[in-house]
Amino acid sequence: MARTIVITSGKGGVGKTTTSAALAMGLAQRGHRTAVIDFDVGLRNLDLIMGCERRVVYDFVNVINGEANINQALIRDKRCDALYVLPASQTRDKDALTKEGVGRVLEELSKGFDYIVCDSPAGIEHGAHMAMYYADDAVVVTNPEVSSVRDSDRMLGILSSKSRRAERNEPPIREYLLLTRYSPERVAKGEMLSVNDVREILSLDLLGVIPESKAVLNASNSGVPVILDVESDAGQAYSDAVGRYLGEDLPHRFLDIKKKGFFSRLLGG
Amino acid sequence: MLFQANFPELKDYLDPMASHPTSGVDSPKPAFELKAATFTLPVIRLLEVDMDSVADQLGGKVDQAPDFFRNTPVVIDLSGLPAGAGRIEFPLLVGLMRGFGMIPVGIRGGTDEQHEAAQAMELAILGDAFVRRSPTTREAPRQPTPAPAAASTRPTPTPVRPTPAPARPVAEDPAVASQRLITRPVRSGQRVYAPGGDLSVIAPVSNGAELMADGNIHIYGPLRGRAMAGMKGDTSARIFCQDLQAELISVAGHYRISENIPDEVKGVPVQIFLDGDVLRVEKI
Repeated sequence: MARTIVITSGKGGVGKTTTSAALAMGLAQRGHRTAVIDFDVGLRNLDLIMGCERRVVYDFVNVINGEANINQALIRDKRCDALYVLPASQTRDKDALTKEGVGRVLEELSKGFDYIVCDSPAGIEHGAHMAMYYADDAVVVTNPEVSSVRDSDRMLGILSSKSRRAERNEPPIREYLLLTRYSPERVAKGEMLSVNDVREILSLDLLGVIPESKAVLNASNSGVPVILDVESDAGQAYSDAVGRYLGEDLPHRFLDIKKKGFFSRLLGG
Repeated sequence: MLFQANFPELKDYLDPMASHPTSGVDSPKPAFELKAATFTLPVIRLLEVDMDSVADQLGGKVDQAPDFFRNTPVVIDLSGLPAGAGRIEFPLLVGLMRGFGMIPVGIRGGTDEQHEAAQAMELAILGDAFVRRSPTTREAPRQPTPAPAAASTRPTPTPVRPTPAPARPVAEDPAVASQRLITRPVRSGQRVYAPGGDLSVIAPVSNGAELMADGNIHIYGPLRGRAMAGMKGDTSARIFCQDLQAELISVAGHYRISENIPDEVKGVPVQIFLDGDVLRVEKI
């Protein structure tokens, strides 16, 4: 049986798709068969971030409607054999997702995969609801600023009351906090909430802190999940987050301002 | 004479956070499900035992809105009657209401004697534990929850009225629902109501979350959302809070918003209670 992980936030633009791509790639690199699904029907992006946009034939909605079978729609990643992408439809809207249809697809996927990563659309409406409904685990992606934290909090409330686990009175969804676009310099200046502030407000286990990094934008533009950029701080932070998700006990990195060395100061770097 | 009241069909209270009621039948193919549901019913609050004047005035009301009362289940509230008002002619009253198309289903707020008389007429006795028999409430009983007076410090421009939880039931029996315990964080957008009793939360309460209780509210964690105690007008209800950062606090409708809470009581353990008309926040 696969474990279904929803990557969600409430607020848009906080890094859900980047996180979905990175976590899915990280899990697959560690040998777990992983499928990542784009639930953002109508605004599909995951295929771009994953660099498979030119290989999309059938999509999630085709599978739900029975116009294609799951194996026709899944796109195997060229960099990692254990990773498959199920892209969203760009021509439909989120009403095309039905509870039964999504449940059927997830059930079918869970036969052949260890992890199913669901990339949720922003908002708390139908699309986001469909993405989280069947989840076992939830990664709540939050930026260190008040509106994002509040939206995440709202989403956590929905996770604990509107999921299938909640409806069936099963053990609740395991919730993890992933803080993205973190900038220790701006925290020091008081322009951003600190890790501890966010942690205290949301009272959640911290899966990882991803530093604000140019590597993320570069990775998105080139269609390479940032976790593959092992030189970058963001890539390493995502790698740590995957390790923590799988139960490793890793210290959090990149929380403090980088001390500039003598040479970099001299050279103005 | 008329106001709305909620009461549960079962002595149960559901919300997404609460556990589901256990099904009554455990056979392979159940023939029915046992569920709790909430209905809003009109309540006729008797202020007189003289059936002639009741008949007169009720007739007037029904004439105004005949469809409203047609086949409508109605609850008779006796809590507004003055002490020693005499016997109520239940057969007359029931006949009168049926004549107007209403379906009297039960009474509340009566004495034991009145309850017996009502039961003889096959009227249900509904929870009356939280209806106060006080002469001061006789004149203006239009709202079960008194509209909040502004906090004494200054008039607030936007009168945020703590909603009397329209879809939430009133407990029928204080022994059944006198306590509610929440152990997980109450998130933004969630509402938790403890009908007929106290609410204890041993987790943080986020901005945008709402706690409501007919009795006291205890929060063993930071309170960043709203807390409203004494929802049914119990002025002796209190809020106890370990770390006050609330958006709004209220006891029996008297409220303060964050702006009107002094800084020195923020972030420390406090109790909040009514002193006359003044909502006090005190360190403990």
